Amino acid sequence: MEPFAWRPARTVAEVAEATHTAAAAMLTLQPRPSEGEAVVVKAGGVDLLDLMKEGLLLPRTLLDISLLEELKGISALEDGTLRIGALTTLGEIAASPLIRRRYAALAEAAGSAASPQIRNRATLGGNLLQRPRCWYLRSSAHHCLRKGGGHCFAFSGDHRYHAVLANHGCAIVHPSSLATPLLAFRAELEILSSGGRSHRLPLEDFFVLPEADLHRENILKSGELLAAVHLPPQASSRHSSYLEVSERAAFDWPLAAAAVNLQMDTEGRCQYARVALGAVAPIPWRAVQTEVLLEGEILDAGRVASAAKAGLQGATPLPHNTYKLPLAVALIRRAVLAAAQLADEEGGAH
Amino acid sequence: MNDRDGRHTKFPHGLAHLGLDEVEREIAPDEPPPWGPNAELTQIGKSVPRWDAAAKVTGKARYTVDVELEGMLHAAVLRSPWPHAEVLDLDLGAAATAPGVRAVLALLDRPADKEAAELRYVGQPIAAVAADSLALAEEALRLIRVEYVPQAFVVDLEEAMGTHAPAVYASLAHEEIPSAGLPGRASGIPLRGNVRGADTQGSRGNIREGFAAAEVIVDRTYRTQVQTHSCMEPHAIVASWHEDGLEVWMSTQFTAGVRAQLAHEFQLPLARVSVRAQAVGGAFGSKSQLRLYGRAAVTLSRMTGKPVRLVHRRDEEQMDTGNRPSSKQNLRIGARRDGSLTAISLHAYGSAGIAFGAWAGNIASAMYSCPNVESLQYDVFTHASPGCPMRGPGNTQGAFALEQAVDELAENLAMDPLILRDRIDPSVVRREERRLGAARFGWSRRHLPGADAYPVKRGMGMAQSLWPANVQLNAACELQLWRDGRVEILSSVQDIGTGVGTVLRQVVAEELGLEPQQIQLRIGDTEFPSGPPSYGSRTTASITPPARSAAWQIKQALFRSLADRWQVEPEALAAHNGWIYLAQDHERRISWPDAAATLRTDRISAFASRSDDYAGFRSRSGDAAIALNDLGGVQFAEVEVDTETGVIRVVRVLAVHDCGRPLNPLQIESQIQGGILMGISYALLEERILDRHTGWMLNPNFVDYKLLGAADTPQLEVILLENYQGLSATDAYGVAEPANIATAAAVANAVYNAIGMRMETLPMTPAKVLDVLAQSSRRRP
Repeated sequence: MEPFAWRPARTVAEVAEATHTAAAAMLTLQPRPSEGEAVVVKAGGVDLLDLMKEGLLLPRTLLDISLLEELKGISALEDGTLRIGALTTLGEIAASPLIRRRYAALAEAAGSAASPQIRNRATLGGNLLQRPRCWYLRSSAHHCLRKGGGHCFAFSGDHRYHAVLANHGCAIVHPSSLATPLLAFRAELEILSSGGRSHRLPLEDFFVLPEADLHRENILKSGELLAAVHLPPQASSRHSSYLEVSERAAFDWPLAAAAVNLQMDTEGRCQYARVALGAVAPIPWRAVQTEVLLEGEILDAGRVASAAKAGLQGATPLPHNTYKLPLAVALIRRAVLAAAQLADEEGGAH
Repeated sequence: MNDRDGRHTKFPHGLAHLGLDEVEREIAPDEPPPWGPNAELTQIGKSVPRWDAAAKVTGKARYTVDVELEGMLHAAVLRSPWPHAEVLDLDLGAAATAPGVRAVLALLDRPADKEAAELRYVGQPIAAVAADSLALAEEALRLIRVEYVPQAFVVDLEEAMGTHAPAVYASLAHEEIPSAGLPGRASGIPLRGNVRGADTQGSRGNIREGFAAAEVIVDRTYRTQVQTHSCMEPHAIVASWHEDGLEVWMSTQFTAGVRAQLAHEFQLPLARVSVRAQAVGGAFGSKSQLRLYGRAAVTLSRMTGKPVRLVHRRDEEQMDTGNRPSSKQNLRIGARRDGSLTAISLHAYGSAGIAFGAWAGNIASAMYSCPNVESLQYDVFTHASPGCPMRGPGNTQGAFALEQAVDELAENLAMDPLILRDRIDPSVVRREERRLGAARFGWSRRHLPGADAYPVKRGMGMAQSLWPANVQLNAACELQLWRDGRVEILSSVQDIGTGVGTVLRQVVAEELGLEPQQIQLRIGDTEFPSGPPSYGSRTTASITPPARSAAWQIKQALFRSLADRWQVEPEALAAHNGWIYLAQDHERRISWPDAAATLRTDRISAFASRSDDYAGFRSRSGDAAIALNDLGGVQFAEVEVDTETGVIRVVRVLAVHDCGRPLNPLQIESQIQGGILMGISYALLEERILDRHTGWMLNPNFVDYKLLGAADTPQLEVILLENYQGLSATDAYGVAEPANIATAAAVANAVYNAIGMRMETLPMTPAKVLDVLAQSSRRRP
């Protein structure tokens, strides 16, 4: 690891005034960036430390925001919106009674990420802004497209964990497991710009597909700070669920994940459905076709199964990750049934 | 008849839970008299907590990575970025004059008949730097200029077998090639392309006639992956070369062996080299040799006159400190309707990268009775880092194939897998292990393959281990008794976490009538008599008999000292519970310290080395021998398979094992549990992944290289047999490797029972399970 300076920020204003580079923009700065470019914001430091150890990120200064109280905590706003500060840890989100009651899928995702030790350090903001886990991206020996190189190693190499949807040009999967339920809850991001102005942005518009920009996963600009996530009010008649599958039972990245937010009426008709997938695409992925096939329908196991299958429409799996299709379909089906509080009576299509 | 000077003595014999008989052995006069079975002993066969547990969990234990010496330099290693390249030029000049650098060392040799040195895998050491700090050493590595000419390469076993594959070796004649185990560098085995073979040991009879006589044949190809040792403490050495000789601290499983290597390679007298290993954080076969990194540290210390520390980073550890070779095994078994085997044919191709010895073990040829066996084993060289022995080398890979094939045969014969094994397995010990295990596990509740309701299906399976009972003959210890009563046991034997220190205390305590914690351990240091290596499941078998002999000799000396005073015969004395007393008159007694105070000198000492097994050995070679009885072990597994997600969860494992006389059930159970967990990890998760196009390991960290975690741990149960054979002063043998060999096969057989499909390839990931299930549904009408 390269030597670096550590600068603790004492106020949000101080961060807003500082010149710093978004982690999303850092990997393509080669060779080592100049002094001015090389200030990077550090929250929990989980992914940042990994990137620095791997020699991928070479900041000269870490601007430590982890002491900024304004960016911490979970609060209900007057209009029913829930504001979660970007520095709130995954452990706090998983344990929050408010989130567990109204936004169960988010609590589930936060509670199943990484390990207890990491959940106590890792922040919501860091989880959304972390860089992908593609092992070619993470290897300093592979100068891949996303790092400004001329070649994607994953397509011809080992892509067992890579994307099956929208994977043209670069087949990373977005690593944030919290983004999946946040997408299902139509979350908005609160972003601070230099000069202290803040604006809100739907999470759905935040992430960037490789076909739009190969080098970054989101639109956060250098100098901007992700301050909080806002969750719209959630009626008590809405139910959510989150399921993921990984090779190890704990401390592993999911092979696929599904988050579902449903509203059912008393006759068993689905009035509202929002379905999001993780670990299958370069961005948190909305299974729009599934939503269309659920909304307005009386849900039974058969209908849910066919709606789940539609969620992977348009998939372009690579030779070694076709298994992700049946896996994701099963997760959608199970997550919908769980959110609709229906029994999984007959299994899938068999 | 228990004659003190006699040659013929009776020992307990047989499986304790079935009732013991006796066996008569001829033993030498300096061997102690037989112990009764464990039920009659005070310390032996009791569950004693390990001696170093508190030190380890409180951080007090001192590992090699913790050693700090005054003026110590730090070494870093430049490694090959290419899987195959010629090195035309290596310029160390700029690195040598960099700030803080004290020495630089080339680690590549140019063969005399070649223009350039050759690199054969990513991560191969090229040069080393010793500097005042690790940061300075790493900084200096960047100043080393290497002129590479990259060459064509191949890292995949099956690709490397192709006729047009780039050759790893042009010939084997002049190369220094490391060995991953057996069959090693037997001469006269031809090399064609990258394929060297076949080694035919284990073959017998006439394979063609065998298959002609078969009424049922199973035939399948199994594949196993490369597994890394993943030691928590990386490979590490601190070397200090000074005028008087060489001192080395090393994370090793064989202090005495490393000393012998050092003395030989650096032309030093054995007595001027010392090697120490106090706590060792995992080894599993990968830390038995000095290796290039060890030579580099010693050489750098000699060059600078300062201690040099060389510790592998995690990625270096995963990439280049050894691994379990991969395999592709074509296994055919023929049998008659009654189950008797007529033919076994194994064609095994394994790759240990650039190393020899990637065999699939002797399990297919040695476990079951079969008159006609064809065992053809091939090494396939690839441009990958050298493999080395790993917990049950060969047989762990081999068991995955053999034990599934035997299960498949049983199904084709409409027999229970246990009944078929009763018919073809000559081991009476394993027969008993199957019987006990089946009853305890509830084997009778096992259903037909795939019978459970969709989607999460349960299944039960079992598999067996085979491993030789190894003994190291060059294994010795010294016992010292001080006049204040202190007892010390001294040996270079290292406790790498297997608990040998604890059983040494128990053995000595039993003989002297003391408590284990009263025995002081001085081990892991070659200043003491040379102990055995901690590999091949041989440590306990090799060092506990001489420890008992030395304790017995010390006791005799103390008895003689007392007998003079009490004017009795030494034979009339006994030691028990901290007292020495007259066997006929328990009132006449003296405490241990008071007895020691009667010694004529401050300290007396006894030395003993491993004598031959009383009934002889099956074979011996150099310092090593193989005992008459094999080590067995039968494991049962129950799994749950989610047929929609492909996730296999191992619910419980029952392991029934034997290791001669069990000395410490707590530690043995713990070691067996470790073997099972390592086996499940191998079965479901672990895989070294090399990129086909760059030769780099893609998962050289513990995020992407997946080890079994606490949440994956099933319910574990161990049944331990007491198997008395009357073969040595302790009659104890090892269990480390048998505990690992059967597990992956047992899990695979359980998965078959759950889903009705065979998993032919390790690891059994969700992707592979879903793939196999998709094939089965495509085959359905």
